[in-house]
Amino acid sequence: MNFPLEYTSGSMIIIGGFFFGYFLEVSGLGSPRKLNAQFTFKDWSVFKVMFVAIVVAAVGLWLFDILGWVRFDALRVQTTFFWAMAIGGALLGAGLAVGGYCPGTSVVGFFSGRLDALFFMIGMVIGTWIFAAGFDSLQELYLAAKGVNGETLSTLMGLPTWLILLFLSGIALIGFKMGSRIEAREDSVIKAADLDK
Amino acid sequence: MKNKTPKEFLSPLAAGIGLGLALMFMFLITGHGLGANGFFIRLSAWLSDTLIPLWTENNNFFYTMTGDGNPMNAWISWEIAGVALGALAGSLMSRRFRFKIERGQSIGRITRLMLAIGGGILTGFGAQLARECTSGLGLSGGATLSVAAFVFLIAFFVAGIVVSFISRRIWQ
Repeated sequence: MNFPLEYTSGSMIIIGGFFFGYFLEVSGLGSPRKLNAQFTFKDWSVFKVMFVAIVVAAVGLWLFDILGWVRFDALRVQTTFFWAMAIGGALLGAGLAVGGYCPGTSVVGFFSGRLDALFFMIGMVIGTWIFAAGFDSLQELYLAAKGVNGETLSTLMGLPTWLILLFLSGIALIGFKMGSRIEAREDSVIKAADLDK
Repeated sequence: MKNKTPKEFLSPLAAGIGLGLALMFMFLITGHGLGANGFFIRLSAWLSDTLIPLWTENNNFFYTMTGDGNPMNAWISWEIAGVALGALAGSLMSRRFRFKIERGQSIGRITRLMLAIGGGILTGFGAQLARECTSGLGLSGGATLSVAAFVFLIAFFVAGIVVSFISRRIWQ
């Protein structure tokens, strides 16, 4: 096996996207009320789904790397641009708290019938235009505090990947358990039928 | 539509495993993970190029995006088509598909749509600044253990929690 295959188009990418959209919808993450209930600690689905997915994919890719089935250095690892990514991430958090979605979940929300998701997408296009118009004057912030190319947690900390994976799994497990406890105590998980009320 | 009882959501553990496998599958076939923001960059660039071609072609941010013209030429457009189909299939098969404006009871429909646009503007601007979005950077970067992903995710959750203290009324 010689992964990644480096496809750039075609039905396999549609299939990957299909399951991305499918699992977001079936876990309720196309609902802005459910997404926002994470930020008020009432419903931990966002944290749970995201961190389980990260751990599953990270462990899977690590295993494939050990078995020699994937060329890990051919996988895309983003380089840190600290301030742009921290401020950008904060704006996405604020955008979700106010508007109800992030880019991926707005597509899921719209294709499960939500008109508000279409308005969110229109907003994103406007936001992108504003960014493009100000791009030249944002250069300093855009490029500030650049990290090492393709830096991972294991190269940053000088620790083996398996140890980082173990640590990350631990955080996921603690967050999962803590979230479930709060959800049970407050009886605050948003169920599918609650969204019809 | 209203009298159809929706099927309950899948457990976060099962959905997380499914999403993780979809993410890994995408890495194996393309070399990068999942995303969404790239589609909106291309859509914005294409709309801008249609309306004001001269400005768009001279804009440094859109400059690199408008070469292909049609947004369908990028891999992300294929993926988003899949996301749309997956969301349709998931909601229709479980009787959860509803034409509606989802909102908390304390705000009206018009207010909700205005807030959706406002939140969208923050998100569109923020995603271009961060270079990617929650799935492209947080989820996909997280799977390769990139430092960038965790910088993004921490800022995303902290700001979301802080702003929600003010905005939580919207959703009640």
